[in-house]
This record gives sequence, structure tokens and C-alpha cells, in this order.
Amino acid sequence: MPKVDLARTSLRELNQTLHGLKAGVNETDWEVVNPKGSHAVAVGVDAPVTVEIKGSVGYYCAGMNKEATIVVHGSAGPGVAENMMSGEVRIKGDASQYAGATGKGGLLVIEGNAASRCGISMKGIDIVVKGNIGHMSAFMAQSGNLVVCGNAGDALGDSIYEARLFVRGKVKSLGADCIEKEMRPEHLEILAGLLAKAGIEDAKPEEFKRYGSARKLYNFNIDNADAY
Amino acid sequence: MCGIVGLFIKDKSLEPRLGAMLSDMLGTMCDRGPDSAGFAVYGAPKAGEAKITVQSATPAADFAGLDGALAEAVGAKVSISVKDTHAVLAVPADKVAEARAALTRLRPSVRVMGVGEAIEIYKEVGYPTQVSKRFALAGMTGTHGIGHTRMATESAVTTLGAHPFSTGADECLVHNGSLSNHNNLRRELKHDGMSFETENDTEVAAAYLTWRMNQGLNLGEALEKSLDDLDGFYTFVVGTKNGFGVLRDPIACKPAVLAETDQYVAFGSEYRALVNLPGIENARVWEPEPSTVYFWER
Repeated sequence: MPKVDLARTSLRELNQTLHGLKAGVNETDWEVVNPKGSHAVAVGVDAPVTVEIKGSVGYYCAGMNKEATIVVHGSAGPGVAENMMSGEVRIKGDASQYAGATGKGGLLVIEGNAASRCGISMKGIDIVVKGNIGHMSAFMAQSGNLVVCGNAGDALGDSIYEARLFVRGKVKSLGADCIEKEMRPEHLEILAGLLAKAGIEDAKPEEFKRYGSARKLYNFNIDNADAY
Repeated sequence: MCGIVGLFIKDKSLEPRLGAMLSDMLGTMCDRGPDSAGFAVYGAPKAGEAKITVQSATPAADFAGLDGALAEAVGAKVSISVKDTHAVLAVPADKVAEARAALTRLRPSVRVMGVGEAIEIYKEVGYPTQVSKRFALAGMTGTHGIGHTRMATESAVTTLGAHPFSTGADECLVHNGSLSNHNNLRRELKHDGMSFETENDTEVAAAYLTWRMNQGLNLGEALEKSLDDLDGFYTFVVGTKNGFGVLRDPIACKPAVLAETDQYVAFGSEYRALVNLPGIENARVWEPEPSTVYFWER
């Protein structure tokens, strides 16, 4: 397994090496050691490889990921897996603000807690958080699923469009136009699939509540002026 | 952007290394703020003695014979320790007001950076690693300290515009963010007798806390009040003689990471700033919640 030591190799060299990998490459398992909170580790990977990062990372780790599986054995700073297209990003520790922001696809699993604005403007990504999430999460979320096994902070799903939000614990408050919705069999099925994909066994789909858009703010209506 | 670091030591055996750890943390935050840097270090107070940290653009002229002249003016022993553009004057605790008045008379070009029993403050324009080298931060000892690397937004890149800001005895504050109601608040605080040296928004935050604490509030309570009265983006790290506080505004978009072990509490704008601290692998590391006061006292 190729091992890149960020104490010796520059971040640019690491990212260039990872960008050079194409589908069908033989070396599919990469290890990165000594990240020490560096920014932009393993950003823009576009090949079905696995990158295991041994330690905590800074801003924007695994951004724009396509195809790859990226595992952070530590915590991640702001903007982890931002604009992810496909593949899987897994954070063993906590994630800072705007995890999975604007993600279009793939699966982001946070085994610890996520801070504020988790899944802001998500556009198709699936995000599963084992712990809690902070305030303003799923703000203007457009599509995809956000699963939270713990609690959600203030203003969950503010100005949400169409994403599905599943929360097992308490929601401190719902944002504008976000409401609790009926959990139908197809939602339980989606949720069970996501929990299984994320490897979470101690949470049952029936324990979650579903939240989503009331669709009142799609078009401007003077009666809703205060909510905008 | 700006970078903030802070270290509050719980285990006495680490006190000799405070400066070394803090300068390493500050160095990592250079790229968040290359305009200027500053730090406050709280050393062991000596009974009956106060320290006045002063700064001068012409230190050779201003600091020569200053101890003797001040001693004569206040009628008591005064010692001076010069570090580059700064000097720490040790005066009897009951002579601080007299000494400050005499300073204005004797050396009008000298600026007071901070006053207190434990605090020493150093700040200058320039690249942060260079600034900490000029003042030999790595060799300093103490119980707690805070530091700042500045990317100037609200006011000019000058020595006085650098952080930390100290507006009360043994108090100081560093800030990442910007306040939107600082002009109004400055006017109100001036009306209540507070004085200001700069147009900087952070100085208003520091003065606000001093004003609150002068009303009898402790640091924790003063920080709690600031949530109602300060408008804008902020992550604050605040030091008092025996305390260390952290506060983020309700939106909390300015980054902050706290770490705690049995030996210390550490703050960094980014986790990178904390990676070389002893035992960080096993520390409790978390992101401070918005609108939540974190406060440690010895």
C-alpha cells in the first residue's frame, strides 16, 4: 500500500499524485500519515481508490470527491467533502462547519458530531451523522438525504427545497418552511438503506422523524414575507 | 481572517514552556494573518508589584534612563526590562496611577500597552513569527497567554491596531471577525468614561468587557452580556489575571477549536495550531458552540 507522509511530502505533491490516478489503476489503497490538520487533503480525487488519512485534517478535505473512498481517522475541519460528486467520505471523529456543503452525490458519514451548517445547500449527497449536528444545518437543501442519529441544532432545514431530513433525537428548532412530515414505508426503506450503507447498526429507522419542505416559499407570496 | 491562539496551563510543570508552546501555535497561524501579531503572557505576580508594558517607536531614546526618571517622579523603586520596542516597568502596586501620569509627562511618545500584576503585552506590525522572535516569546514562562495574527479589516495596520487589546488591569482580548456596531458602542462607552486609543472594533469589545467588569460582573457574566450588546462576527479569546474565556457569536462562522487535557486548555482558530501540544492525541477536542461562554479560572 503506497504511503504518503505529509511530514516529508508536500500537500501539492500528494494531491497531484492522487489526481494522476485513473480508473483501473493497480494501486487502489493509499495511506496518508501526519496530516496534522492540513487543509485540502485529498481534494479532487477522481478514481475508485481508497485513501486512509491517519489523523485530523483542516479545511476542505475530500472536496469535489468523485469515485474515491476517503477515510479520515481523526476529525475534519470546515467544509469536508464540499461539493462531493460520488464515492464515500467517512470521518471517524467530528466534523466542523458546513460538512458536505453543496454535495451532488456520494455518501458522507460522520461518526462523531458535525458542527453548524451541515449539508448546507446539499444537492443530492447523502449525509449520515452518528452524533449531533449544529445550527442552520440543511439550509437551502435541494435534494439528497441527511440522517442524524443524535440531535439537531437551531433552524434545521431553513428555506429547504426538497431534501429529506431524518433526525432520531431532538430538533432544537425548525427553520423557515421546514416541517415534520409523515414517515411512509418508502422513507423507512430509504433510511434503512442509508443506515446500512453507513454501517450504523444501533439505530432503527422507526426511531427517526422525517422533516422536509412545506413548499410555501417556492414562489413569493406577500403573506409569507416575514419568513423569507 | 485573523488567527487566534490561547493556552491556559493547569499543570504547573508546563509553566516554563508556556512561551515555547504559544510561539509554536502562533507561528502556525501566520497564514491567517500576516499583517501584525501580538501576544499577552501572564507571569507569576510579585506581591505589591505591578507591571506596566510600554511601547515606543524610538525605544533607544525613550527607554534610556526611564526607570530612574520614573523612580524619582513617584518616589519609589522602579525597574525596567527592555525587549525591542517594548519595555516592562515594575512599579509598586500603589504607584501605578502616579507612574502612568509621570510617563505621559516624561516620555510623551511612549504608549502603554497593558497594566497589571501578571500581564505583559507585546505587539507589532510584521510577520507573526518575526514579531514573536523580536520579543523572544519562546523563552517566556507563565500561567496562561493569548496570541493573535492579524489580517486587518476594520482599521489601519499599525502597532496600536494589533491585538491583544488591553483596556483594564490584567485584562486582554483577541478577536477574529468584525463588529458592526462598534462606532455606536464606542460613543456610549466614551460617555460612560471609557477612553480609546484607536478606531479599531476590537478595542471596543475589550473596553466593553472592562466596563462590564467595572460594574462588578465577573468575566463569564460580562461575556454573557456581550451577546446582547455586540453585533457582528466574533470569536473572542479573553485573558484575566487568573482566567481564560472563549466566546463565539450566535452565527459562529469564525472558526474555533478548543482542546482540554489534565494539563492545559488550548484554543486555536484551527486544529493545526494545536497539533504539537503535549498529549493532544488524547485531548478532548471540540468546536465551541455559538452564543456559549467558555471560561476557566485558577
